[in-house]
Amino acid sequence: MGSTPVSTESTTVVRLGRQRARDYRARTRPVWMEKPSFAMQGLKGLVLLLVCVAVIYPFLVVIGTSLSTQQEIAANNGFVLIPMHPTLEAYRTILSGGIVTEALFRSIGITLVGTALSVTLTVMMAYGLSRRIMGGNFFLMTALLTMLFSPGIIPTFLVVKELGLLGTFAALILPTALSAFNLIIIRSFFMNVPSELVEAARLDGAGDIRILWNVMLPLSKAVIAVIGLFYAVGYWNMFFNAMLYVDSDKWPLAMVLRQYVLLGSSIDANTGAEIAAPSQAIQMAVVVISLVPILSVYPFLQKYFTKGVLTGAVKG
Amino acid sequence: MVSTPVTSRPKAAAAEPARPVTGHARRLDRKGRTRLSFAARFRRDRVMLLLVMPGFLYFVVFHWLPIPGNIIAFEDYQPYLGFVDSVWVGLDNFAVAFSDPAFWYALRNTLVIMVMQLVLFFPVPIALALLLNSIMSPKLKKFVQSVIYLPHFLGWVIIVSLFTQILGPTGLIPNFLDSLGMGRISPMTDPATFPLLVTVQTIWKDAGWGTIMFLAALASIDDSLYEAAAIDGAGPWRRTWAVTIPGIMPIVILLLILNLGTALSVGFEQIILQRNNVGAQAGEVLDTYVYFHGIVDGQWGTSAAVGLVKGIVGLFLVLGANKVAHMFGQDGVYSREH
Repeated sequence: MGSTPVSTESTTVVRLGRQRARDYRARTRPVWMEKPSFAMQGLKGLVLLLVCVAVIYPFLVVIGTSLSTQQEIAANNGFVLIPMHPTLEAYRTILSGGIVTEALFRSIGITLVGTALSVTLTVMMAYGLSRRIMGGNFFLMTALLTMLFSPGIIPTFLVVKELGLLGTFAALILPTALSAFNLIIIRSFFMNVPSELVEAARLDGAGDIRILWNVMLPLSKAVIAVIGLFYAVGYWNMFFNAMLYVDSDKWPLAMVLRQYVLLGSSIDANTGAEIAAPSQAIQMAVVVISLVPILSVYPFLQKYFTKGVLTGAVKG
Repeated sequence: MVSTPVTSRPKAAAAEPARPVTGHARRLDRKGRTRLSFAARFRRDRVMLLLVMPGFLYFVVFHWLPIPGNIIAFEDYQPYLGFVDSVWVGLDNFAVAFSDPAFWYALRNTLVIMVMQLVLFFPVPIALALLLNSIMSPKLKKFVQSVIYLPHFLGWVIIVSLFTQILGPTGLIPNFLDSLGMGRISPMTDPATFPLLVTVQTIWKDAGWGTIMFLAALASIDDSLYEAAAIDGAGPWRRTWAVTIPGIMPIVILLLILNLGTALSVGFEQIILQRNNVGAQAGEVLDTYVYFHGIVDGQWGTSAAVGLVKGIVGLFLVLGANKVAHMFGQDGVYSREH
């Protein structure tokens, strides 16, 4: 891609050296760079602090409130940052069976199955298209052009309906199973694998599948993990497909969350299943439960984001 | 990418015994390059093709197959009659939609939100990236990045729930302002500020994530340019203006154009979750119009017509944006080959 010079990562050694040089440069101010004034540094720090607080604060409020008793919430005008008498009552209530528990297991199932399917299909297709094959450009364009347009909500709905998927779990997974963006990210990773490795494997008698399994996959674990996270987050937060294609008996957690938390703010659920507005602690506990899986995998994967996203986006 | 030399496969060699072949049957094309026959290429690629097929089928079924379904925009579509037997009504559906005030509200809201997102959202990641780029300590930088990328991974239901807690009718900030005696504001349910609210939510969710591209562009600027500018007497602001800004300009223009291309789809999930808070007149956008009139009320033809209008305008925006991107010497939305 012409004008954005991003390294093609010729060898690991060069890359590591460059990384180290960049870290060194980052830590030590070059001689020509003047030290920023005290006021400037203070201002920067203040802005960064405000940004971080704006992101983190809502999480703290939600977690604090979910651990509080109803009396404490009422006494504090609705919100508790640090509960004086922490209680897991709200979690006990929603996890002891019932709508939330069911939706939670449903969401876990959908996320696991969907992510496995999506990653497998994406890797297969990306590998197939990473080499110059018969009709390769045609297949690639079929996928890439879908990023430029949407066929429309109604026609897509009708196709799902004609396929007999309405009201099935398949309707929650299949219509958004693959993303062209993720496909090109993985494809460009495969294309950057040195051809010597592939040649060597081929001379040793490895077939196409074996090369994928023993050469490509071990080299691209990191990017596949990031793509897996993208897909998993998509399935976990899934809302659009659920609202369009299934009834309340197959609702994932996001739909139940909407029902629980936003019902109080006069949003009608035009899908039936009316529930009495639950207590604030319970509402917040549902939010926290929806957050936990994302928050728990996030720290392990976030260092790969830049690499994964950039390879796809900049190198196209 | 160089195609890998083919390994010897005796069967292929036997197919055309007259030629001196080392692997597959070969023949030369007009430019004198070795060219495999169709059958030989198919044999060589059959495993790869098999791997591509499931994904290809997915894109065909769920992205290409629905396109001809837009024909119902020109029909009085009845589900029990199907695409073929429903009565053809020409442009009647479009006439119905265009005479519906709700359509014009939806169009106006879509455009207002789109412009707000472009004007207010777009500069934020650039400013954040510039700020982060000026931070010396790698540890602090990493920490802030970890924090600001996080909201990108939350679903809209979660984000709207969080915002309701903070800004809702009995939320944190309204309660606080009320206790200061400044009166009770209600940003979550005020129709007048709905586009602003939606934009603020988008900024909260994606401004941090948006810095990734700009940070990469900033990192690719040659340090010697800064050094030369400093030796010539340029201070920090002058260096930012004369080196940094021109350095990231190509990617800024590219992303701006690309955003323009997809701007008509203004967050369906985000808006449908809050539409009823502010009423349909302020909260309806084109996508929610299609959803409520089509899937909820069963006016298939009219809503498909609105969807088609949106799709075509969106496609032209993308193609136009791509054209402009090419004029700026960028690759645009995609580059065909490396």
